[in-house]
Amino acid sequence: MACSIITMPLIEFTDRGLCCRAGGFYIDPWKAVDKAVITHAHSDHARWGSKYYLCHTQCKPLLQMRLGENNYQTVEWEEKILMNGVQVSLHPAGHMIGSSQIRIEYKGEVWVVSGDYKIEDDGLSGKFEPVKCNTFITESTFGLPIYNWKPQQEIFQNIRDWVCRNRELEKTSVFIAYSLGKAQRLLQCLPELNLPIYVHGAIWNAHQTLTKSGIQLPDVQRIDYNTPKGAYINNIVIAPPGAEGSSWMKRFFLYAVGICSGWMQVRGTVRRRNADAGFALSDHADWKGLLQAVKETEAEKVFVTHGYQSVFSRYLNENGIPAAEVKTEYGNEEEENSTAIGEEQDKN
Amino acid sequence: MKQFADLVIKLGTSTKTNEKLDALSEYFLTANDKDKVWVIAIFSGRRPKRAVNSTQLWTWCNELAKLPDWLFEECYHAVGDLGETIALLLPESTNADASHPLHYYLETLISIEKEDESVRKEFILRSWQAMTQAERFVFNKLITGNFRIGVSQGTMVNALAKTSKLESSVIAHRISGNWDPVTTNFSDVLSEHAVTADYSKPYPFYLAYAIEDEVSTLGEPNDWQAEWKWDGIRGQIIKRDHQLFVWSRGEELMTEKFPEYHALKNHLPNGVVLDGEIIPSENGKPLPFALLQTRIGRKNVTKKQLTEAPITFFAYDLLEYEGNDIRETLLVERRTLLEKIVNGIKHPALLLSPVISFTTWPELTALRHQSRNRGSEGIMLKRKDSIYQVGRKRGDWWKWKIDPLVIDAVMIYAQKGHGRRSNLYTDYTFAVKDGDKLVSFTKAYSGLTDKEFAQVDNFVKRNSLEKFGPVRTVKPELVFEIAFEGIAASNRHKSGVALRFPRINRWRKDKTAGEINTLDDLKKMLELYGK
Repeated sequence: MACSIITMPLIEFTDRGLCCRAGGFYIDPWKAVDKAVITHAHSDHARWGSKYYLCHTQCKPLLQMRLGENNYQTVEWEEKILMNGVQVSLHPAGHMIGSSQIRIEYKGEVWVVSGDYKIEDDGLSGKFEPVKCNTFITESTFGLPIYNWKPQQEIFQNIRDWVCRNRELEKTSVFIAYSLGKAQRLLQCLPELNLPIYVHGAIWNAHQTLTKSGIQLPDVQRIDYNTPKGAYINNIVIAPPGAEGSSWMKRFFLYAVGICSGWMQVRGTVRRRNADAGFALSDHADWKGLLQAVKETEAEKVFVTHGYQSVFSRYLNENGIPAAEVKTEYGNEEEENSTAIGEEQDKN
Repeated sequence: MKQFADLVIKLGTSTKTNEKLDALSEYFLTANDKDKVWVIAIFSGRRPKRAVNSTQLWTWCNELAKLPDWLFEECYHAVGDLGETIALLLPESTNADASHPLHYYLETLISIEKEDESVRKEFILRSWQAMTQAERFVFNKLITGNFRIGVSQGTMVNALAKTSKLESSVIAHRISGNWDPVTTNFSDVLSEHAVTADYSKPYPFYLAYAIEDEVSTLGEPNDWQAEWKWDGIRGQIIKRDHQLFVWSRGEELMTEKFPEYHALKNHLPNGVVLDGEIIPSENGKPLPFALLQTRIGRKNVTKKQLTEAPITFFAYDLLEYEGNDIRETLLVERRTLLEKIVNGIKHPALLLSPVISFTTWPELTALRHQSRNRGSEGIMLKRKDSIYQVGRKRGDWWKWKIDPLVIDAVMIYAQKGHGRRSNLYTDYTFAVKDGDKLVSFTKAYSGLTDKEFAQVDNFVKRNSLEKFGPVRTVKPELVFEIAFEGIAASNRHKSGVALRFPRINRWRKDKTAGEINTLDDLKKMLELYGK
């Protein structure tokens, strides 16, 4: 038994999640465990019920908002802590505020779990840091070469142009953006327009939590039953995917819907969701970003999780980087697509 | 090209007819004349022949993008559109924004059609190089065909009418028939005085809506003419200038495909246009649509086909008589003239679609139940004093179809759809029971709501057993009621039957796979209705 522990991989893929047995903790477990290290606050990565959570300082208020009071320990990026003799540190992942990659070092071997990440610095989430390692566990949400993002500034300009066109037609611009992450990123490009910005309650809550914890965000107004109907005319509204197509939207009539999501890269998705405009503004790495990240880690072995695992791992293998796909319960690309109609599960 | 690409994007994203109409009108007001002619041509189905095929485009794109074939294929299945996949995969151009006008690309494509592959490749690569991603997308779509972007010919005609002084019916007529966008001027199409010497030109078809209310709400039975509704190809037979032309409703000139009609050239009086159904029949009774399918898409017809699927024309309206457009005269009067012509000729290929005599609605309702036995799919009701209108209009003409045949089946394969259903499993294959085996018998693509499609998609992703290329085999668990209009014997299908217009009628969540219909049930239907 003692012998087999030595050959045991540093991280195992178990039915509770990614497990570091030597350190006695799990990373983003999908079932309750004793010790959880959390990459970021999205609901498929940060789940309820564990006895202890380790996360980045900026991540904690978001976990409190979503999971309530728990035993949280926070660290800054690069700060090294020891768990059972295993060295753990968090590094910026660029996915959303407080999102981190988890670096684990034990007996000279280094593994990195990417969580969700994007390469481009969005000005809010911290700049993605390539971390050298022996084994890299990467997401692959947009692991197809059709997904190549335009620079943020260009998309932001398109977004502002769209608002201006809507105003010419006397329409309210209603953006669909995930309440945590995408909504705040989108907000960055809107103040320039000098228009009132109205947000859905879910986005309002995230906004309050973040500004209270010291993050600077543009001013927004909460939409509730008191808001006069005329307030929205020609102005801007941000709502989460769950609101899309619901009767809640009726109050904005006449309006145009613009969805902000990487899936909007493909016309069919825009049409299926009956959007007037789609903005391929994603918080995940695109194809080139995934490849760049993998190369910069200089990893000898890559495990590919949620997304286009089979495609991306096959491509890596054919290009001389040993890779294998791993099934996890993180935001499955396909599920997000199919549940896109209806509930708020789309968080790209 | 940029202006056209903008137009296509606007048309593709707007969900309202009025916005589409505005986008088109604006284009017709601002674009150059040659491009406008081409836009009319494209949206009325007159695209140049394919100068390069999909495989060539795919190969050249991969050479530039440096991707393995399998990866391209994965991308294609996620996007569900070849032209768009290529536009997304091509490396970004350093020289985009240098594109030529639309007509330059289309006319060059025509001029290099017969050139060496190297010449055509050079042109495509050079074109891509000068284009933005949006332009590349429409360019690829123009080459690969299937240019469906949610604009009906009717919307385009209305946009033209809005920007000119002509009635939409006049425009619809002007842009129909046989014309070549290369040699046609915009002024020929839209001038108030343009005289067209095209003898082949058909009239726009008048189409009926399905009747939704009780038939008795139509009023006095005596005001209505009832006919059997045929399941063939709607067509017009034209004789002008001593020449004969046969058009399908899809505005395809089909004269050569049906030699049965050629003798009519010597019998029909000059200056007539007949509206009716192109349909195979024997002794006046229609043969299954499957037989007509053996004749479509073939240039040379064999003797065997001529005897096995003898094509006839069931005439039901007369649109032109003695060279005059008589669409504004009343149906009863047109019918009298039609009967005079058809009865005067007595040619076996030209039959009158009979008028059903009835005096009360219950009587007609009873007669409707005989439809399937007569090889018809229901009844057409036309107001006796109606004029022949353009396009699909409510009020004067109604179709009253019989209920479809239905069978309960289980889904066994699923494949991702295209267009707005890309990356979503929406194309299914269904099976019936044969003892303890399952036998596939049809595919169906439509009939579920978006929400249901999302649920089935989710099921497919969780319950797929194997993957064959884009096709997934799924656990045979979900039961659907499949509706179809007809059934015929087929040796191409494992089940031995081919269905006419199959679609999903409803999801039978109340049934398990054990309770579906059997192959014997299908064969009984074939025995009853397929002969």
